[in-house]
Amino acid sequence: MRKSTKALVATVIIVGCALQLIPFYLAVTTAFKEQSDLSSVWWFPFGEATGRNFAEAIESGGILRATLNSAVVTVVSTLLVCVLAALAAYPLARRRTPVNRGVEFLILAVMMVPPLSILVPLYSLLNTMGLLNTYAGLILPLTCMELPRAIFLYTQFLRSVPISLEEAARVDGANRLQTLRRIVFPLLKPVTVTVVILTGVYVWNEYALSSYIMTSMDMRTLAPAIATFFGANGSNANAAVAAALIGVVPMLIAYLFLQKYFVKGMLAGAEK
Amino acid sequence: MSSTSPGVAVPRSRRRRRWQGASVNVLYLPALALFVVFIVYPVIQGVSIALTNWNGYSPTRSFVGLENFARIFEDPNFRTALINTFIFGIGSTIIQQVLGLLFAVLLDQKLRGREVARAVMYLPVLVSPVVMGTMYYLVFRYHQGALNDLLAMFGGAPVSWLSNADVAVAVIVIINSLQFMGISMIIYLSGLQSIPQEIKEAASLDGASGARQFRSITVPQLMPAFASSVVLNLIGGLKLYDIIQVLTGGGPGYATNSVSTLIGRTYFGNQSAGYAAAQGIVLFLIIVVCTVLLNWWFDRTRARLEN
Repeated sequence: MRKSTKALVATVIIVGCALQLIPFYLAVTTAFKEQSDLSSVWWFPFGEATGRNFAEAIESGGILRATLNSAVVTVVSTLLVCVLAALAAYPLARRRTPVNRGVEFLILAVMMVPPLSILVPLYSLLNTMGLLNTYAGLILPLTCMELPRAIFLYTQFLRSVPISLEEAARVDGANRLQTLRRIVFPLLKPVTVTVVILTGVYVWNEYALSSYIMTSMDMRTLAPAIATFFGANGSNANAAVAAALIGVVPMLIAYLFLQKYFVKGMLAGAEK
Repeated sequence: MSSTSPGVAVPRSRRRRRWQGASVNVLYLPALALFVVFIVYPVIQGVSIALTNWNGYSPTRSFVGLENFARIFEDPNFRTALINTFIFGIGSTIIQQVLGLLFAVLLDQKLRGREVARAVMYLPVLVSPVVMGTMYYLVFRYHQGALNDLLAMFGGAPVSWLSNADVAVAVIVIINSLQFMGISMIIYLSGLQSIPQEIKEAASLDGASGARQFRSITVPQLMPAFASSVVLNLIGGLKLYDIIQVLTGGGPGYATNSVSTLIGRTYFGNQSAGYAAAQGIVLFLIIVVCTVLLNWWFDRTRARLEN
């Protein structure tokens, strides 16, 4: 590359990165400023930084409780998705009968249902079942939203694994259950990393369904809690972005340490 | 097997036959049961609710036939939401392809710090759109907004980015595109990396210029990446909900709603569950038709390119 081209390339990249980082930068300057501080958002607080906005986000926004709720919902949904999808993928990959092709088609069709399109019937179903404002009431629908892609990923992966390993195990006298537990499931580790990241990110960030299903202060998850706090405090954006920052920190830490897996995992989920 | 004692071998072989047979299908029954209860049943139930005038909480509802669907065609608020939905979908898809491809090509070069740059470009994908919306509010708000501050510095007049409907729709498209551009970027990056080096070298030996190589080798080889990126971005844009809800709540009035945000408002705000269910069915159909058409078109194009 010529030197001038290289400089141009570097400039464009730096501008792009800056553009992506600006919202985070502004959130930090604002979250540490008193509400009465009318200096430009571009500047850090001139006087001392304040922790008051974070205190307010935690006390009146209930952000810590919401973080806990999100953690519970994310962990359980992710576990459920991994287990149910791995189980479901096995017959779909190994027995390609007309019935199973039909099931596969149904699963792909489920992938296309936009969550908001079933808001009315889903909400009234959860209401009838008494599941509104319960962990199960959010975990089960969100698990359903992520399951199709996970089943798809596991199925594709299993089809690329030669069946000879399983046949060898069977010749050695293992039954199908033993074969599954000892031979098949251990093979699935790399795909499972992908599924965990896709599901974890989706559930942790989910807003649309969560905001309708979890409405009580005690049960709210992070995204609805931040949105509600922001909506109720339109005039106090300082506390609202403090809440947003608290919500984003766990994800940032995970990304920092597992970056390679995140990018690889999201890529595997995106390409079909 | 036959050498073991017959008393053990018979049940074991029977058990084995059972596992090789259709009974292995029990493994997908738990997943299937969840789909049936939480997706398939609601979809069907949605159709039956859409044929009534249910308000969402009363125990009674009466059958009104296709009235709710007829209402969709006359409702100006739905028309606005429908137009916005396509603006969000198509606008984001275009911007994301341009930026995603640009940064994929740039960050495919050997440069110092490109790993960091890739990580930064990708970062917003992992952040909840609710958080991004809250942060971007600081950029676009009228008083003390970062953008209006910059305008003031250069002597410009402040702009109402969020309360002017046309501007707000554009702002939402831009935020959504910037946030999810990283997905297109990594799809194109992996596409670029899968192009065999030999092809490029052969082209260079034959005297093909950089631009010629890009057009004749890179672009066709990127077709699969282009297809998955476009499908993903378009579907994501058509379903857009979070950013709108946080930044404008669909307002001013109904001017920035997407179909998704309108559904929530029709259901809980206007207590018209029957009408909201009908809107949901229309949204579902839009997504299905777009997905099927796009995939069909891309398959055909790919087949033609290969011939």
